[in-house]
Amino acid sequence: MRLGVLFSGGKDSTLALLKAMEKENVVCLISIISKNMESYMFHTPNVSLTKLQATAIGLPLIQKSTEGKQEKELEDLKAAIIEAEKQFKIDGIVTGAIESVYQAERIQRICHSLDLWCFNPLWKRNQQELLEEIVHSGFQVIISGVFAYPLDKSWLGKEIDKELIVKLVKLEKQFGLSPSGEGGEIETTVLDAPMFQRKIEVVDFEVRAEENVGIFVINEARLMKK
Amino acid sequence: MILVIDMNFKKDSLAFYEFVLPIVSIIKKSHPFLIKHRSELNSKDIDDCERIILSGTALKDNEFLGCIEDFGWIRKCDKPILGICAGMEVIGLVFGSSLQGCLEIGMKEIRLTRKNSLFSSTFKAYELHSHSLQPSEDFDALAESENCVQAMKHREKSIYGVLFHPEVRNREIMKRFILLPNKQKT
Repeated sequence: MRLGVLFSGGKDSTLALLKAMEKENVVCLISIISKNMESYMFHTPNVSLTKLQATAIGLPLIQKSTEGKQEKELEDLKAAIIEAEKQFKIDGIVTGAIESVYQAERIQRICHSLDLWCFNPLWKRNQQELLEEIVHSGFQVIISGVFAYPLDKSWLGKEIDKELIVKLVKLEKQFGLSPSGEGGEIETTVLDAPMFQRKIEVVDFEVRAEENVGIFVINEARLMKK
Repeated sequence: MILVIDMNFKKDSLAFYEFVLPIVSIIKKSHPFLIKHRSELNSKDIDDCERIILSGTALKDNEFLGCIEDFGWIRKCDKPILGICAGMEVIGLVFGSSLQGCLEIGMKEIRLTRKNSLFSSTFKAYELHSHSLQPSEDFDALAESENCVQAMKHREKSIYGVLFHPEVRNREIMKRFILLPNKQKT
């Protein structure tokens, strides 16, 4: 089966991509750049890095931008999927949805309208187990956005490792934060993963933060030998 | 031991993560389990288990409709069985129910129509189906959405079908099913 993966460059869509590559023939990545930082559907910080990530993985990328207005962004997503269908003859779509029935419902509807398969290989995953799988599988993932108390700029740019998972799980118990950021508390950027042929090195970045909201903006990055 | 039957279009499919593992994540802490793809089921699996759950499938996956005869054993089975979405459709078809086109995706209100052991009031549940079932006279309808029958129970056996996906937003229904006594009559 020829599949396109909705790819934001964060840990969830990258893990979904890895699982899809293990089972089926992934032929392209599809990335939506939302101009709305509070997009209902799409991960936002460093999504422009997806071009470099796609090169690192060795897959073609269909990249579309959207104003990020609630239902219009779905039309833009549908247009990107239609383009993937035309260019790469995809039979279906893969997403990194874990808990959001809002996100899942909308993508299922688009796929149904286009007679495409829709796969959500991370659906209902335990979030701590998911973080552990990411670390265990050899992903290099940094926190590129924080959006909830008590997270602050000190978390930005930190790599997700066993120690950081322990801290995130503690915050879940204390403050009800979702450890993998499923509630939008955290956004991540993947610099390396098992299917990356080359890894990404951050050359220049800046931290933009105010109290409990901040982003780690990658201004320049390059591909390195693994 | 709970037998979880993977109803997806092939063994080890990408859909396994989405339609089988969420069921396993609910039962694994309290019960031993065995996962078998529908194509590899044998009578020993059915004899050895205490109860059975039939998974759902992807919206576009109706391949299970081509092998209904493989599930004839359900007619003679006295163990508690829960069919989820595709699983409900298979159970219904085995007993002569009829299938019709009915698309529902997302959260829908489910209204109780008959008192039962799995749920007791109106609730919201996640839907992902392109068919619905008109249960045969072997079943009582337990609940409905605005479009179709959402849950049913065999009149004589502990055989249940739910068209919605309880593993998504109604895990307590799964937990009640795994605690049902064997050979329950009502």
